[in-house]
Amino acid sequence: MGRLSVDLCGVTLDNPVIPASGAFGYGYEFAELYDINCLGTFSFKGTTLLPRFGNPTPRIAETPAGMLNSVGLQNPGVEKVISEELPKLKKVFHKPVMANVSGFSAEEYAKTCELLDQEEQVGWLEVNVSCPNVHGGGMSFGTDPQAAASVVRAVKAVTKKPVILKLTPNVTDIAAVAVACEEAGADGLSLINTLLGMRLDLRTRKPILANVMGGLSGPAVFPVALRMVYQVSKAVSIPVVGMGGVSSASDVIEMMLAGATAVEIGAANLTDPFACKRIIDELPAEMDRLGIDRLSEIIGGGH
Amino acid sequence: MKDCILTVAENRPLTKEVYHMALRGDVRAFTAPGQFLNLKLEGQFLRRPISVCDLGEDSVTIIYKVVGRGTAQMAAMLPGEKLRALTGLGNGYDLTDAGEAPLLIGGGVGVPPMYLLAKRLLALGKPVQAVLGFNRASEVFYEEEFRALGCAVTVATADGSYGVRGFVTDALPETYSYYYCCGPEPMLRAVYRTAKGSGQLSFEKRMGCGFGACMGCSCKTITGYKRICREGPVLRKEEILWED
Ligand SMILES: Cc1cc2nc3c(=O)[nH]c(=O)nc-3n(C[C@H](O)[C@H](O)[C@H](O)COP(=O)(O)OP(=O)(O)OC[C@H]3O[C@@H](n4cnc5c(N)ncnc54)[C@H](O)[C@@H]3O)c2cc1C
Ligand SMILES: Cc1cc2nc3c(=O)[nH]c(=O)nc-3n(C[C@H](O)[C@H](O)[C@H](O)COP(=O)(O)O)c2cc1C
Ligand code: FES
Repeated sequence: MGRLSVDLCGVTLDNPVIPASGAFGYGYEFAELYDINCLGTFSFKGTTLLPRFGNPTPRIAETPAGMLNSVGLQNPGVEKVISEELPKLKKVFHKPVMANVSGFSAEEYAKTCELLDQEEQVGWLEVNVSCPNVHGGGMSFGTDPQAAASVVRAVKAVTKKPVILKLTPNVTDIAAVAVACEEAGADGLSLINTLLGMRLDLRTRKPILANVMGGLSGPAVFPVALRMVYQVSKAVSIPVVGMGGVSSASDVIEMMLAGATAVEIGAANLTDPFACKRIIDELPAEMDRLGIDRLSEIIGGGH
Repeated sequence: MKDCILTVAENRPLTKEVYHMALRGDVRAFTAPGQFLNLKLEGQFLRRPISVCDLGEDSVTIIYKVVGRGTAQMAAMLPGEKLRALTGLGNGYDLTDAGEAPLLIGGGVGVPPMYLLAKRLLALGKPVQAVLGFNRASEVFYEEEFRALGCAVTVATADGSYGVRGFVTDALPETYSYYYCCGPEPMLRAVYRTAKGSGQLSFEKRMGCGFGACMGCSCKTITGYKRICREGPVLRKEEILWED
């Protein structure tokens, strides 16, 4: 194991840098620019049982030090992901990939995960519970510890791969949701998804996003994300993947000190397609500067 | 697609709000007129997409309108300053359908991409007609540049202060083989409805990445979902599906 490597739920990552779901597509746009095998892994676009177009446009708005998105989980559906995207990905990426899954009922999550569980290329299932629960009055699964736990149980019952629950920050007590997921059998947690926000167009006096509200990400959210990673990693004993506004090697180290075993990077890839490669390249020098021998030693060092 | 550092060679106003900027550097990633670049500006989180107006061996010209913080920042840039840019983005126009006498229709800052397209079509030996639309006389730009290339140019202004009174659709010629169009969405809709025959139209969407990674710019077409930044910005008339 190298000085950058970490263990995520029993699978070794060469380094803790993971492009986050929704900001890396299914990998090929980036594979045109650099060899994406330098990544620890990456989390592919949120996949649902059926194909989805997502929300109307505009879906993107700029914010101070970040962005809002209301893409709405556009994806070709799990069957096409398995029959088309994964075979294409195999040609350019030779490591286990993280499969990001969304759904609108516990059964839907379970069906999608069951199909992806059979794919050799998939290393982890990252289950995004920020979506509205159609049977629960539209409230997101991730805002209710019991609803989140029900998704964990449904998915764990039909899969063998490690299940990482991706938590929403739009809650009062994120540690309570985290603990409920751990008790229900989650193998790991990842956080944070985007924070709910909005912008208005001053000329039209109307929301910029067609969906009115959208998810905030980018450097603006880093301190909020760091705080939540700190709280959650103190409350549970399963590994935590930290994300939210990470854009440099020092941000990666700070997230790991707060308790993250690995770190996902979203919006930074959109503004600088080389962001993840650059951060991986910069990590050794940053570690030397801070007197860090191996990254795995600093996880939770800030507690 | 390529990530490059370009140097500002020239940056001057064409009208009160519209600027012309020449950039020098590696522009080999551009393959067709109608493509765009995505500019990283200091202090702005997202990049700014701007169409290619003209292309040289190691230079690219853009024309932009100051509408907000980013474009205001661009207007203040001086020769010698550097800009990070993703180059060679988008599909661009397909010249193989042009026929014998293609028509170019540009409105406002939709005029610039028509310039390189005109050059390329003329180089194929085709006579080119251009209809350029603006709001008023003081906003007209590039009429002379199109004439200098050898295009037959008609200018329309919405308030009638210069050229034909009305929109580009009030100034379309009787005969042409095929059309190419770029402009604000209401103009695209009007051209789609009224222009005879077939053509290609270029669309604008708010973009997260500009290279296909975020799904921020998707639209529905007859031939499936497309990303305006990658399978667009140019769509064929036959595949367009207006969403409302
Ligand atoms: C493919 C493409 C080609 C374009 N070509 C040109 C061109 O050749 N000349 C030109 O003047 N303009 C062009 N535009 C529009 C140009 O990108 C916007 O005017 C510009 O981004 C505004 O930036 P700002 O910071 O000044 O405005 P602000 O309103 O401060 O920008 C805030 C955010 O909104 C986005 N935004 C605002 N208006 C638009 C818009 N109309 N389209 C897309 N994003 C927008 C910005 O990119 C930024 O992310 C093009 C747009 C696209 C999508
Ligand atoms: C354009 C965009 C699309 C996203 N799509 C998804 C998604 O499909 N599934 C998901 O779990 N998270 C999605 N996210 C959230 C990110 O994975 C990440 O949790 C969040 O953006 C915070 O990280 P960042 O600040 O580094 O971007 C998306 C984010 C962005 C910007
Ligand atoms: S702007 Fe990101 S996919 Fe088109």
